[in-house]
Amino acid sequence: MTELDFQFLCGFLKTRSGLALTPEKRYLVESRLSPICRRFELDTLSGLVGALKVGRTPGLETAVVEAMTTNETFFFRDKGPFDLFRDVLLPRYLTARAGARRLRIWCAAASTGQEPYSLAMLLNEASARLAGWQVQIVATDISTEVLEKAKAGIYNQFEVQRGLPIQLLVKYFKQNGDQWQISPQIRAMVDYRPLNLIKEFGHLGTFDIIYCRNVLIYFDKPTKSDVLERLAKAMAPDGALLLGAAETVIGLTDSLSPDVANRGLYGKAVSEASVPPRIAALR
Amino acid sequence: MKYCLVVDDSSVIRKVSRRILEDMRFRVSEAENGEKALDMCRAEMPDVVLLDWNMPVMDGYEFLMQVRQIPGGDEPKIIFCTTENDIAHISRALEAGANEYIMKPFDKDIVAAKFQDAGII
Repeated sequence: MTELDFQFLCGFLKTRSGLALTPEKRYLVESRLSPICRRFELDTLSGLVGALKVGRTPGLETAVVEAMTTNETFFFRDKGPFDLFRDVLLPRYLTARAGARRLRIWCAAASTGQEPYSLAMLLNEASARLAGWQVQIVATDISTEVLEKAKAGIYNQFEVQRGLPIQLLVKYFKQNGDQWQISPQIRAMVDYRPLNLIKEFGHLGTFDIIYCRNVLIYFDKPTKSDVLERLAKAMAPDGALLLGAAETVIGLTDSLSPDVANRGLYGKAVSEASVPPRIAALR
Repeated sequence: MKYCLVVDDSSVIRKVSRRILEDMRFRVSEAENGEKALDMCRAEMPDVVLLDWNMPVMDGYEFLMQVRQIPGGDEPKIIFCTTENDIAHISRALEAGANEYIMKPFDKDIVAAKFQDAGII
């Protein structure tokens, strides 16, 4: 792959998915796109770049974007964000939404479904407190391929052993040889939709809780700021945003601020304009 | 340093488990069947038992039933680590008081995740 080919792919991926590639990621491009070359019967990566420029190979652009997307995930990944959901967020919104009895959750980079299904299982464990509630989990990802796997809810033995307590495996999964499928009841709780975060997502509506973990790390600073600004607009006034352990809003947006008591949790920043005049005067 | 007893009739599995657990900063002892493991528990109760199911002399299930009866035997976290990967075996182990269940084959990530789920680390 020539330097010009690499530069073209950097620009292409930045435009299509927001992925910001640095020169040291050249090996990653070569290792992940070589199988795409074989699939589309292209001899070299330069040939693949040429085909992208011509733009007459159906499915090639999507395949390149999906191949470069990192889909690493597992059930209850990092544990903390799920403890936070069960112990802090759910009690908070059970009180705050007691009138409307409606809760909307968005997993913005759902990958193969382990994150939304982890939340769905926690919700099901709390079902006695949610009787009569309308709870919706919207789960989106740029890759239609991973969303198909997510919808099927079928995982191998390795996948169900990473982070999923054995009691939940027994309770919510059905075994078929080496494969384990999550129950129809849990699958029905999640609404999967394809979505590219760098494009408009206002049509999804407003959410009480947004999980957007381990995706901003792949974007450059202006893209991170743009996505965070729009995530803030998609949050209810008292909504919650959870980012990955290596992600932050600091220096990227003034619309969101960290919850000092809960690492990884962010809320809408309280601006002077939104503070009632009497309180503002006391500051 | 926490103490883990590895109970498996395969010396290869014991060796692999020992390497993983020592990397995780556990003190490790080994037993090749449930009977020997019971004797070792009577001498010093471990914090964790990583337990195979099928073994000669005394299998893992019988060990689990017996160790829970001896003084202090309700304390160790017991993690099955076995090729008996069907839901019936898993359910039976949990009902008998196992804390977690690892389906072979396994690696360090799985052991670490399961130990975390069981509240050991």
